[in-house]
Amino acid sequence: MELTVLFAPLIGSLLCGFGWRFVGETTAQWIATGFLFLAAFLSWIIFLSFDGVTEQIHILRWIESGSLSTDWAIRLDRLTAIMLVVITSVSSLVHLYSFGYMADDPQWKDGESYKPRFFAYLSFFTFAMLMLVTSDNLIQMFFGWEGVGVASYLLIGFYYRKPSANAAAIKAFVVNRIGDFGFALGIFGIYMLTDSVKFDDIFAAMPALAEMSITFLWADWNAANLLAILLFIGAMGKSAQLILHTWLPDAMEGPTPVSALIHAATMVTAGVFLMCRMSPLLEFAPQATMFITVLGATTAFFAATVGLVQTDIKRVIAYSTCSQLGYMFVAVGVGMYSAAMFHLFTHAFFKAMLFLGAGSVIHAMHHEQDMNNYGALRKKIPWTFRAMMLGTLAITGVGIPFSYDMFGFPIGFAGFVSKDVIIESAFAGGSSYGFWMLVIAAAMTSFYSWRLMFMTFYGEARGDKHTHDHAHESPMVMLIPLGVLSLGAIFAGMLWFKPFFGHADQVATFYGIPYAEEGAHGDAHGETKTDDYGDTKADDHAKDDGKKAKHHYVFTGKPGEGALYIAPDNHVLEDAHAVPKWVKASPFIAMLGGFLMAMWFYIWNPTLPARLAENQRPLYLFLKNKWYIDELYDFLFVNPAKALGRFLWKRGDGQVIDGTLNGVAMGIIPFFTKLAGRAQSGYIFTYAFAMVIGIAVLVTWMTMSGGAH
Amino acid sequence: MDNLLSIVTFIPAVAALIMAVFLRGDDEAARKNAKWIALFATSATFVVSLFILAGFDRNNTDFQMVEDTTWLMGLQYKMGVDGISILFVMLATFMMPLVIAASWNVETRVKEYMIAFLMLETLMLGVFMALDLVLFYVFFEAGLIPMFLIIGIWGGANRIYASFKFFLYTFLGSVLMLIAMVAMFADAGTTDIAKLLVHEFSYGSFDLLGIHIVGGMQTLMFLAFFASFAVKMPMWPVHTWLPDAHVQAPTAGSVVLAAILLKMGGYGFLRFSLPMFPVGSDVLAPTVLWMSAIAIVYTSLVALVQQDMKKLIAYSSVAHMGFVTMGIFAANQQGIDGAIFQMISHGFISGALFLCVGVIYDRMHTREIDAYGGLVNRMPAYAMIFMFFTMANVGLPGTSGFVGEFLTLVAVFKVNTWVAAVATSGVIFSAAYALWLYRRVVMGDLIKESLKSITDMGTRERVIFAPLVVMTILLGVYPALVLDIIGPSVTALVTNYETALAAADAVSQAASQ
Repeated sequence: MELTVLFAPLIGSLLCGFGWRFVGETTAQWIATGFLFLAAFLSWIIFLSFDGVTEQIHILRWIESGSLSTDWAIRLDRLTAIMLVVITSVSSLVHLYSFGYMADDPQWKDGESYKPRFFAYLSFFTFAMLMLVTSDNLIQMFFGWEGVGVASYLLIGFYYRKPSANAAAIKAFVVNRIGDFGFALGIFGIYMLTDSVKFDDIFAAMPALAEMSITFLWADWNAANLLAILLFIGAMGKSAQLILHTWLPDAMEGPTPVSALIHAATMVTAGVFLMCRMSPLLEFAPQATMFITVLGATTAFFAATVGLVQTDIKRVIAYSTCSQLGYMFVAVGVGMYSAAMFHLFTHAFFKAMLFLGAGSVIHAMHHEQDMNNYGALRKKIPWTFRAMMLGTLAITGVGIPFSYDMFGFPIGFAGFVSKDVIIESAFAGGSSYGFWMLVIAAAMTSFYSWRLMFMTFYGEARGDKHTHDHAHESPMVMLIPLGVLSLGAIFAGMLWFKPFFGHADQVATFYGIPYAEEGAHGDAHGETKTDDYGDTKADDHAKDDGKKAKHHYVFTGKPGEGALYIAPDNHVLEDAHAVPKWVKASPFIAMLGGFLMAMWFYIWNPTLPARLAENQRPLYLFLKNKWYIDELYDFLFVNPAKALGRFLWKRGDGQVIDGTLNGVAMGIIPFFTKLAGRAQSGYIFTYAFAMVIGIAVLVTWMTMSGGAH
Repeated sequence: MDNLLSIVTFIPAVAALIMAVFLRGDDEAARKNAKWIALFATSATFVVSLFILAGFDRNNTDFQMVEDTTWLMGLQYKMGVDGISILFVMLATFMMPLVIAASWNVETRVKEYMIAFLMLETLMLGVFMALDLVLFYVFFEAGLIPMFLIIGIWGGANRIYASFKFFLYTFLGSVLMLIAMVAMFADAGTTDIAKLLVHEFSYGSFDLLGIHIVGGMQTLMFLAFFASFAVKMPMWPVHTWLPDAHVQAPTAGSVVLAAILLKMGGYGFLRFSLPMFPVGSDVLAPTVLWMSAIAIVYTSLVALVQQDMKKLIAYSSVAHMGFVTMGIFAANQQGIDGAIFQMISHGFISGALFLCVGVIYDRMHTREIDAYGGLVNRMPAYAMIFMFFTMANVGLPGTSGFVGEFLTLVAVFKVNTWVAAVATSGVIFSAAYALWLYRRVVMGDLIKESLKSITDMGTRERVIFAPLVVMTILLGVYPALVLDIIGPSVTALVTNYETALAAADAVSQAASQ
């Protein structure tokens, strides 16, 4: 079944991409979509029936050289199972949605077959992404990692006639490669120290690694910290964290379904997945995790500020994605991997829905993306409006504060639950910087999300009147995916709260981590109640519904046991449950504040934004131009690289090497050339002559000195 | 068959001889015959060479299928293959039929052209199979002649300059190698490579012209061989002949040059430098590693600003050869496995890239990047093939390009993290120049008037690319096909190398006490 999930998208992709000439465009599209829905269906079965025990499935030998041994293999644990449902669900819905969205794309001339190519790329992406998350070793993961990069490149550059799309595609690939540079070095280091690239072996070696030091470049480092940082550089590239984030907004050049699938729900979360997968390493790397926290929090803040002033609807959501990924990294940094996965899970649904909703608006408005030309659309496209509203409620975090304390389960949209979980974890994890940055970012999230809603659906119609008159609701194939995703945006948080963020025993059971009861019951029970996960699961669940507050459980798994490793001294989970009331309320207050600000700016006093932009021009331009980071990079890296290349070529190759090393020869060549010009075949003899002399000398000398024997 | 290796080596030469003697005239029919004879001969060579592969015992690390007879004047004619050389033989026999098929449009001096390529194949095969120093030298040097002619006669406008540059560079290197060979014979009393491999050349340090030479004779011999092989590879900073040679060479010439001829340098390092002069290698390995890392970054940056497609790919070749030398002189299992793998893989990929340039050069007669743009609109199949090999060239996992790069980098990381970090940054630059090239040639709208009627690849062209695509994926997904064959021989090589170094170490320690 796992193999079917993994290879169905590949088969669909190949059949669709190469077979459409034989079966027709529409059939080919349905083939790809059908295979995806099959994969999604099986993924849900795997996810819901999965018992927490890690399974491994060997497929084929791969790179084997000395002690380096890699297989194509599947590792199925809870992390993988979560990613499987996220990827295949969103992907299958995006396939379906694309039937409508790509139906008549103005980018193409009549009679051009672009649709099968699009579907083939989408399916190929899904395959690569599945390879990434099912991998049982770092190198196969790297295969998926680069594979999704290529798919992303192909899809961003899908409109190959647009120069901006081509530039964005290259930028995405190259910036990701900078991340891959770190990732690769991390793999090399891990292999050097543990003599393996398989997760099982690596995890088992982690405690030892924490004690080792490694000489890297100019200094000696603690091995665990260094390797964690190197891998995190890879994650920064893929997940568009600060410094390496510049490609993500530009990636919006791709068709909107691509943005939903790749640049919101799945590929960009690969970095978070990598970090969670490597939890046994991070637990031993305190400095590295501190760095991750700070960088994640800063990204969440930075991206939210830029999101405040963007007017392209897709760019707003792109910066929002960047910001939300920052949240997840903060959770990783403070050691709450489960919270990161939780937000990844819920975010996939509501963010994909926001993107698909935005796509529906764009579709309705004849591919107009500037929100300045929207307004008053809620009547024109009511279903899209409703979906977007649900998505906004989810991302801004609408819910009932303290509902968990009162009712025993949280009540609120998906984003409310999972975002609060992260903010509480940040506080409990002792990162006040992270906590405050995230709360401020939550206020800004609320502001820009509502701004988007108000500018698009409320107020007066702006821009081209003709376009507004012809605005039309999208077809059913586009609305159904929105509907399905909205279920996720509403319920995903409430339904899966306990396994992701319940008490230690619930979380441990979910991830298959051994755990034991602590103190309370005395030693009679024995603190070594390390269960084999399968058997005790049933009665654990029975206990769950009871009064678990009286029991205290601790994680006792060793690195590699279960899908996550949580060190014995990592108490963030329990601490996060016990944060002060004001901490629990703070994201809600931030959300309300952002909402009211947006109301004030865009409903009550619509002339204010323009005036403010005028008064605070430098600040406005600073934000509008994304902190000038692109310009900075052009200045610092891109232009110097080109100049250096030119310099090395003309000066290095042309003058220094050809000039000096070869100076004599350069004098000779024209002479020979002249000779050659005079006697057409003269130069052949010159060479043959030299050859013969060489061999003659050798042979003569050998013969004289007695031959070869 | 006792002389299978000789049969494989000389089939092309015999075909060339037949062509030279019996094929008369220069009419349409004669040209056609020449092409078909060449295609048939190279295909037959490939088929027969499969028997070498089939009969090869991969667990035996000695030379196999050895032929040993006395040649002229008491010299030995000795041929054989082991795990290190056999795949180069296969690479050459595999590529040559494709090269001939890619030359189907040649119209000037077709007979001579085909003879040159057939002779070239014989000489290249000889290099990889020769087990006698003199024989090796003859094949190694004689191989220059046909290549020299191919560039000089069928090349581009500036071919004379390029062919002389090619010749002078490579020949100057060989002279030094020749001297070292003479010295080796003087020292060991044999030219038999198998015997030389177990001979211990002296490595006591001494002073020469006031310079203290660590590793003594071994270091000097290493340097002499290095001069020749480094030019052949080519390594920075003696690489500047390659871009010119590529640019001026006809498409098929570029393919052979990139796919096979460059590998002679790498093969030479593995056959001579490392096993025969371990101390010398050890002394100079850090320098070579740095030269490799510089090569990777330097040539990648230079590739970034090229205007000529072939030049760009040529510089990219130099960068990829940097991974090879880096792997070889990391001198561990992964490094040498990776280096050999990279050479084989680069044969397919760079060969295919030069063929890609050839496809549009045949149509537009220019290699200027600016002359193109938007080809995807009229050439979708071409766009796909070119994309595939571009990705393989940047080392995408799942293609063969990844395995070699990865193994060599893993290997060098163990030895020197600085070199590893610098070399790894090459993956960023390679993505930049390769995709930038692709974008300018293939992507965008088709606006240039001259390109409006360009046609997509025909059946012949597709058939040429098909085996290369298959091999690139096959080796990328299941590299054991190569690694299983080379593995045991590489292990033996590494073990001997380390044993020799340990012994030398022990001696020097004993001396110092």
